[in-house]
Amino acid sequence: MSTPATYAGEAPARIVEPHKRIQRTYWQAARRRLLHDPVSMGCLGILFLIITAAMLAPWITPHDPYTSSIVNRLKPVLSPGFVLGTDELGRDMLTRLIYGGRISLLMGLLPIFIATLAGSILGIVAGYFGGKTNMVIMRVADIFFAFPSVLLAVGLAGALGAGVVNVLISLSLVFIPPITRVAEAATTQIRAQDFVEAARATGASAPRIIVGHVLTNVASPILTYASSLIGLSIVLASGLSFLGLGISPPLADWGLMLNTLRQSIFLAPVNAVWPGAMILIASVCFNLLSDGLRTAMDVKP
Amino acid sequence: MNATPAPVDPPGTAATDPAADGRPILGVSGLRKYFRLRGGSGGVGPAYVQAVDDISFTVATGETLGVVGESGCGKSTTARLLMRLIEPDDGEILLDGRDVGGRDGMSLRALRRNVQMVFQDSYSSLNPRHTMAEEVSFGLTAQGVKRAEARRRANEVLEFVGLEPAIFADRYPHELSGGQRQRVNVARALALNPRLLLLDEAVSSLDKSVEAQVLNLLIEIKERLGLTYVFISHDLNVVRFIADRVLVMYLGKVVEIGPVDRVYGSPGHPYTRALIASRLSMDPRRRIEAPPVAGDLPSPINPPSGCRFRTRCPIAEPVCGSREPVLDRFGAEPAHLAACHALVPGSGHGQAPDRDGGTVPENEGSRP
Amino acid sequence: MLWYVLRRLAYVLPILLGVSIVCFSLLHLAPGDPLTAVMPEFASDQVIEQIKRSYGFDKPVPVQYLLWLFNVLSGDLGLSQVANRPVLDEIVPAMVNTFQLAAFGIGLSLLGGIGLGLLAGYTRRLVTDRAITTTAIIGVSVPHYWVGLVLIAILAVTLGLLPAMGKAPPSGGFGLNDIRHMILPGVTLALIPTGIIARSVRATVIDVRKQEFVQTLQANGLPPRRTFLHVIKNASPTVLAIIGIQLGHLVGGSILVETVFAWPGTGYLLNNAIAYRDIPVLQGTILVLATFFVMLNFLVDLAQPFLDPRMTRQ
Repeated sequence: MSTPATYAGEAPARIVEPHKRIQRTYWQAARRRLLHDPVSMGCLGILFLIITAAMLAPWITPHDPYTSSIVNRLKPVLSPGFVLGTDELGRDMLTRLIYGGRISLLMGLLPIFIATLAGSILGIVAGYFGGKTNMVIMRVADIFFAFPSVLLAVGLAGALGAGVVNVLISLSLVFIPPITRVAEAATTQIRAQDFVEAARATGASAPRIIVGHVLTNVASPILTYASSLIGLSIVLASGLSFLGLGISPPLADWGLMLNTLRQSIFLAPVNAVWPGAMILIASVCFNLLSDGLRTAMDVKP
Repeated sequence: MNATPAPVDPPGTAATDPAADGRPILGVSGLRKYFRLRGGSGGVGPAYVQAVDDISFTVATGETLGVVGESGCGKSTTARLLMRLIEPDDGEILLDGRDVGGRDGMSLRALRRNVQMVFQDSYSSLNPRHTMAEEVSFGLTAQGVKRAEARRRANEVLEFVGLEPAIFADRYPHELSGGQRQRVNVARALALNPRLLLLDEAVSSLDKSVEAQVLNLLIEIKERLGLTYVFISHDLNVVRFIADRVLVMYLGKVVEIGPVDRVYGSPGHPYTRALIASRLSMDPRRRIEAPPVAGDLPSPINPPSGCRFRTRCPIAEPVCGSREPVLDRFGAEPAHLAACHALVPGSGHGQAPDRDGGTVPENEGSRP
Repeated sequence: MLWYVLRRLAYVLPILLGVSIVCFSLLHLAPGDPLTAVMPEFASDQVIEQIKRSYGFDKPVPVQYLLWLFNVLSGDLGLSQVANRPVLDEIVPAMVNTFQLAAFGIGLSLLGGIGLGLLAGYTRRLVTDRAITTTAIIGVSVPHYWVGLVLIAILAVTLGLLPAMGKAPPSGGFGLNDIRHMILPGVTLALIPTGIIARSVRATVIDVRKQEFVQTLQANGLPPRRTFLHVIKNASPTVLAIIGIQLGHLVGGSILVETVFAWPGTGYLLNNAIAYRDIPVLQGTILVLATFFVMLNFLVDLAQPFLDPRMTRQ
């Protein structure tokens, strides 16, 4: 500071900022808590590893995922050149597991993303407007809710036929009703608060109130719930793939790998275990992470 | 705070000059709202809660109208109807003599620029995820004000209600005390520059000391901005302190209305008498022991016939069950009205005053 | 009570109707002409005529739905394209097998779940507590079709203790061999409900033991095992509700496990229907299973007041 030397015999006024305090928004606080949870961070690390590996697959995998070799069929774990052995067509297991993560994770995450979007919109509209709108939306959700989730997914995907897009559609349809329910319940609760009335009293339109007041409050319950469904979605997506409803060979996908290796279970039982282990790890990590997320967000702001 | 030159523009500059005292800013006639019940009451057809049933009153520019009554009598519903947060089934609301929502009347948007409301529960009336500045400026941006301008205005209003913006603007509701939150509620209402403020139990949830502070703030604001208040409360002492006129509601009906001193000094309706008698007195010798109004509030789903208060009224007579009393002048003060058969000469009630003239008995009870 | 039954019924009937609409639309979701989708491959002209008439493909879709619904209600679920015989004839034996396995699985999970839950509730040690919670999270995350494969790899292939796949050949009665075939798929199916039942039993035990009257009794010298009766009484409504839902999920979700173990139930039937794109079988099986699921939940709802008297008062 270039204070001019006009010292007039009195101390220069010290400017003190009044009430300097740590200002943390709700989201900052939640993130901080999550970052301090070892289990969540461990899961995040593992998931980060799996996802990065899947994205960088062509550059980091030791073998080509599609070149088969009769002589290298069903090599055991720790064979020279094949750390995790090979599959029934002699392709490197590790390579295919890494490649398989691409589709398996995508098929698990994308339906939740779509369902969260659609379910939130439906649930918030139902909860905010109430009355007949609510009844129509929630009754339809109830109908889809009346199916066991696996059955609904299999039925829809089975009718639509095999294919990635069809599996995405079926899984999204499976997850929309539960997310709609959660969004509706949260919105109904917020809708009854006086601050929504106050916002209406200022002349704000319904979309503006929904964005400005409702969304900020229902986002955390919806997101925590949706995140708790990711694990199930991965298991279901791989399950559909296991039934032959997902991608078709020779593309790699954990569920499909499990399916094709199943025939070799009598020859090489250990090899058949790997793809399922990947499904389990991804699903457990997502569930534990979601649990941590819920704990982190479950505090008064 | 008094040193700050009034940062809030004098309200009402845009509209026709309503400054002339005594002209009604708000006129309500025949306002009615029945809520349909889910499932019905076991009887035939749907059941309705008669929350507000055919009420009429006016509010003069610059005055404070107190509205009192037990909880469940329709006070809050009335406020929400005036604000058009719920649609009335019937009746007319005139603002500056103009119909609201009518074809050539005032738009809902304009209504909400002119009339604002302060809610009771200072906690649930503030969004826990909004800072105070966001909360106060939300309505302005909704009315089309630019973000930066709204923010500037929010700071201005916060300062006006005694909350230093540098400290409070970025705080969240949970970081504020009840009194501070209620000040924010007032600021949010003032931000839109209203001329009429509906205060729905605005100080009821506060501690007594804080309540006094907020009440004084409200009085000061009213004087400086020339506002009109409709002050809803179940606390008769507070109403007596702040109001110019009082309106007493019972089960969705207006039973008495008049200047504060008249209503408190010589109440006409037995319900008003009971309410006033039930006030906590500062003088221990005058504390009452018996419950002033016997029994519970009857169900508003099937309100009693005739006079709705008759089931709890100490002077009820057969006539009270057969005919509904009309709100009418009964004493020397022309602005003091009550709805009770016992006040109407020749109504058939035993305590009714003698009739001075020789009116035909068939006309009794009807308006002169 | 009658009022309660009627109210529940008024809720269930529209749901059943909705379920039937969803199942009906499965046929129209399938790519291609719905006519070819329901027509057996080598159908005679007479059969073709009959099917055309019974589906009413020349009529508008709502009429087709009503025709279909009428057929379904009279027991006609269409013809299997592959087997060229009524779908119902395919479903009934498969249902029997599925139920057999599901009942076995539920039985196992009841034993395991209640046992584990009581153990965790009465010991209430931190380690047990942690173990149960972690198991619960892993339990719901597990791809059970994979667990089935692992069990086969270990117990059937490596150790050769149990048969890996299929159902025991009919031997006139129900013997040891039948049970041996059911153990692996049964255990696999029981995994998830075991965890869920254990969790709720544990919660109930802790809850009951915290109640004042029980604490008073214990302070007066009542041994912990005497609270057992209260635990059972308090836990039964919840456990019943869980069993109802889980049985539904077992039957509905059996497709994956039955496929792994080549168990000739509805899941296996569905798998084949998918593989051969036998839409009438797919549609019929899903309709029957979903209806079963809805009715099961309805019955559980009806049974609740008998076990929990608080629920009759509303």
